[in-house]
Amino acid sequence: MATAARELTPREASAHPVPESIVVRFAGDSGDGMQLTGGQFTLSTALAGNDLATFPDFPAEIRAPQGTLFGVSAFQINFGSTAIETAGDQPDVLIAMNPAGLKVNVEALKPGGLIIADEGEFNERNLAKAKYAANPLTDGSLARWQLMSFNISQLTMDAVKPFGLGNKEALRCKNMWTLGLALWMFDRSREPIVDWLKAKFAKSPLLVEANVAALNAGHAFGETAEIGSDVAGGLKQHALAPAPSEPGLYRTVTGAESISLGLVAGSKLAEVDMFFGGYPITPASAILHHLSRLKEYGVTTFQAEDEIAAVASAIGASYAGKLGVTSSSGPGIALKGEAIGLAIMTELPLVIVNSQRGGPSTGLPTKTEQSDLYQAVYGRNGDAPMPVIAARSPADAFDCAIEAVRIATQFMTPVMLLTDGYIANAAEPWKVPDMAGYAPFPVAFREDAPAEGEAFLPYGRDAKGARPWVKPGTPGLLHRIGGIEKQQGTGNIDYAPENHQAMTDARRDKVDGIAAHIPLQEVTLGEEGSKLVVVGWGSTFGPIHQAVRRLRARGRDVSHVHIRHIWPLPANLGDLLRSYGKILVPEMNTGQLKTVLRDQFLVDARPLNKVSGQPFRIAEIEAAIEQALGGGAVGGEVHADTTQLPGPVAGLDDGQNVTDGLALTPGPNDNQDFAA
Amino acid sequence: MNDMTAIVTKPKDWETDQEVRWCPGCGDYAVLKAVQRTMPELGVKPENTVFVSGIGCSSRFPYYMETYGFHTIHGRAPAVATGVKLANPELDVWIITGDGDALSIGGNHTMHLLRRNLDCQVLLFNNEIYGLTKGQYSPTSRVGTRSPSTPFGSVDRPANPCAFALGSGARFVARGIDVHKNLVSVLKAAHAHKGASFVEIYQNCIVYNDDVFAGFTDKKAAPAKQLWLENGKPMLFDGGAKGLALDTAALTLKVVDVEGGDWAGAGVIVHDETNRSVAHMLVEMPSDAFPVALGVLYRSPAPTFESAVVAQNAQAAKGKTADLQKLISAGQTWQVEKEPHTI
Repeated sequence: MATAARELTPREASAHPVPESIVVRFAGDSGDGMQLTGGQFTLSTALAGNDLATFPDFPAEIRAPQGTLFGVSAFQINFGSTAIETAGDQPDVLIAMNPAGLKVNVEALKPGGLIIADEGEFNERNLAKAKYAANPLTDGSLARWQLMSFNISQLTMDAVKPFGLGNKEALRCKNMWTLGLALWMFDRSREPIVDWLKAKFAKSPLLVEANVAALNAGHAFGETAEIGSDVAGGLKQHALAPAPSEPGLYRTVTGAESISLGLVAGSKLAEVDMFFGGYPITPASAILHHLSRLKEYGVTTFQAEDEIAAVASAIGASYAGKLGVTSSSGPGIALKGEAIGLAIMTELPLVIVNSQRGGPSTGLPTKTEQSDLYQAVYGRNGDAPMPVIAARSPADAFDCAIEAVRIATQFMTPVMLLTDGYIANAAEPWKVPDMAGYAPFPVAFREDAPAEGEAFLPYGRDAKGARPWVKPGTPGLLHRIGGIEKQQGTGNIDYAPENHQAMTDARRDKVDGIAAHIPLQEVTLGEEGSKLVVVGWGSTFGPIHQAVRRLRARGRDVSHVHIRHIWPLPANLGDLLRSYGKILVPEMNTGQLKTVLRDQFLVDARPLNKVSGQPFRIAEIEAAIEQALGGGAVGGEVHADTTQLPGPVAGLDDGQNVTDGLALTPGPNDNQDFAA
Repeated sequence: MNDMTAIVTKPKDWETDQEVRWCPGCGDYAVLKAVQRTMPELGVKPENTVFVSGIGCSSRFPYYMETYGFHTIHGRAPAVATGVKLANPELDVWIITGDGDALSIGGNHTMHLLRRNLDCQVLLFNNEIYGLTKGQYSPTSRVGTRSPSTPFGSVDRPANPCAFALGSGARFVARGIDVHKNLVSVLKAAHAHKGASFVEIYQNCIVYNDDVFAGFTDKKAAPAKQLWLENGKPMLFDGGAKGLALDTAALTLKVVDVEGGDWAGAGVIVHDETNRSVAHMLVEMPSDAFPVALGVLYRSPAPTFESAVVAQNAQAAKGKTADLQKLISAGQTWQVEKEPHTI
């Protein structure tokens, strides 16, 4: 995603017909440490210079019963030597740590793809839990794929034997053994993993040694074992060239991390300290966790008693002169609705982050969806306009968070920043920006008392329509604000008809006017006036972009327009959209942006909807584009894909982000996924 | 805060130019006056004072105080005030709320504000009715209260504000009466207490619940039904003719007669405002057989929430420099020197 410097030309693309990316899925029991294995594999892949995207999928149950189908935890990574923007349509390699992991995931594997299985776990008991009548490793049912099975459990036990661990503890090193093998397969360095293990288990050198031994044993197994030599395309090394990328410093980042960092950066650029009021909710809690560790950056975090108190405290903090921020997911945002209206009425800065999940109600707590766009744009009582920004990827969320802070503080308004469960949990490489390249937007608190005989006007407005921000404690500027309609200028209670009309207009004009202070809409890929434009927002960026890229490489007249500013929309967007023959809007909802575009511009936007809690696959969008260009229907519904993550039997999940190695600093409570 | 010059204000300095719009005869007027009379005695600056309210008749209060003011939304004043105080602990925060606002829609926030012990004053105007919505029964209305929503009388048992506060962990619990002269001293005590100071003010709603407190506020009834507590003083009422003693067998309070001023001989107990158990008994006294306990029922300071937050923030930040570039460059990183992939 972030590393790709440029698009390949069709000629370049055809000059390299070999696969430039590989999709690997790790699957096992939720106790097997799959998220951790995937996270560390991600890190080593990023360090090797490949671009990548990941999809973590793990069960709802904190401790799901061992070996069961609903206890399967999976982690998919797509990495390659070109720009990677999705977690991949179909895995090339499946690493199955137990029968349940195999059963749940094998149908997703590409025909001819490679299965690596731990035969040590394919005993009668586990086969029964996975509802296998016969052992699939031996009954020939996996003939469509290449199968490599060996006793990873036993090999791990042998490797860690010198350290005298108990059986259970020794077996927990299995994931490191598997990681070692995977590192060998793709020619990745073990060094960063060793460093990380040393840091993680600094207090128990024995565990460091055991895990490193397992890691090395897995690696050596790949290096020395003869297996595969007699199997066509068997166990062998694949070396992928690094992806073309701009020079600079890179790191991996999840959406939750980059939003947290972006909020801190925004508060520094605004030169105002941040107050974050939050309440635990999946998948938004990670932002509260990250920010709570950053006290030295002037961040105060407050875990409130409920979602309402979280937003209300943030409003109180903004009133008192800090940057109030709150974060939640759909159900929590619904609870915050009335208070957001108060922030609109009192015209105080506030950033609300919504990590969207499947709805309505409790819905799908950890599955991704984009179905809160109506809620963001329209979801309050009264005429209550509020700017809305949507992040397209983990890395993009950093700039979006800064933009949200800028708009909130410059225009004295709440701003909603939309992300989703996929962005929050997925990791991608991120070119660390140079903060010197960001123009500060310092807040100017009003401090000067009006001249003798002149009244202070708390609802006086500047050229942008913003009212002054006054900190309580400032002499001479005493005033009262509240949720009751304000008199223009004075802010006193005023129910007069003409005043309510004027204030409603003022609130609308202020927010509409932000369109003049955001970038014009660019064509993300392609040009104006194509036969078809695919318009997207949020995390559908990846699959849309790749689909359009592929089809343009095949000469199709299609362009991609990705919208970051959902409200107000960019000033030129209407004209731009009208230049295209057809407008296709893929969304992980039933057509919400489509409705807004139709409403705002009277254009014939057609929806392509997928509401299965699964991100779009590139191929699905490609097919819809081909169909539309071929004279068929524009848009339609994409049905659930049982081979895609999240899978059909993996339960709901608690949304814990256990890709701990990628976190800002290691968390104390994320150990369940570790070989310890 | 360290300014040693005395801050001199008059009650008038705390009045705004806004026309007060409560019903004529409303107890809120008396409370407003009492607060405006209290402020000069506190030696505080209007600009450092913030009144935060929720929704209801009483919550209009901030518009009438020449201070900073925030009239928020129903039930949420404690949450907004928490943000205000955490953002700037130097501010002197007063929360104005009512029985519906604080105990019904906002009950959760009231509980957590008190348990956290945020340094602020909570003035709960209890009139046992929803006034602004035109007279429905409230969570403190007595069983049988007839109202537009309970034409046959309410059937649910009322909440007891001070018992709720004690149960929530409040470290300062007091009671006052809207028109009683002692309200100023109760407010002063509330302000002097560092931490969440909870004050229930019996406030008469002249329109929807007139005289609901007359049983102990009437001039005639007052001596026998009002027990004004003073720390270190015996719990006497009815001109010293009666007092409260401990029924050691039943572990409850009992009313005893005091003859010839010999309260000790009658077993009357001395008010120890740090005694939480007695405070519980005082707020739970049945109104028929006992007087109403007024004044400071319980006061036992504890560290405040905002001071703990500030201290922990400082401790966690100690010795660390805020280098944003370093922060975003943290974790495992790699350097791309030049475009390595050519085609």
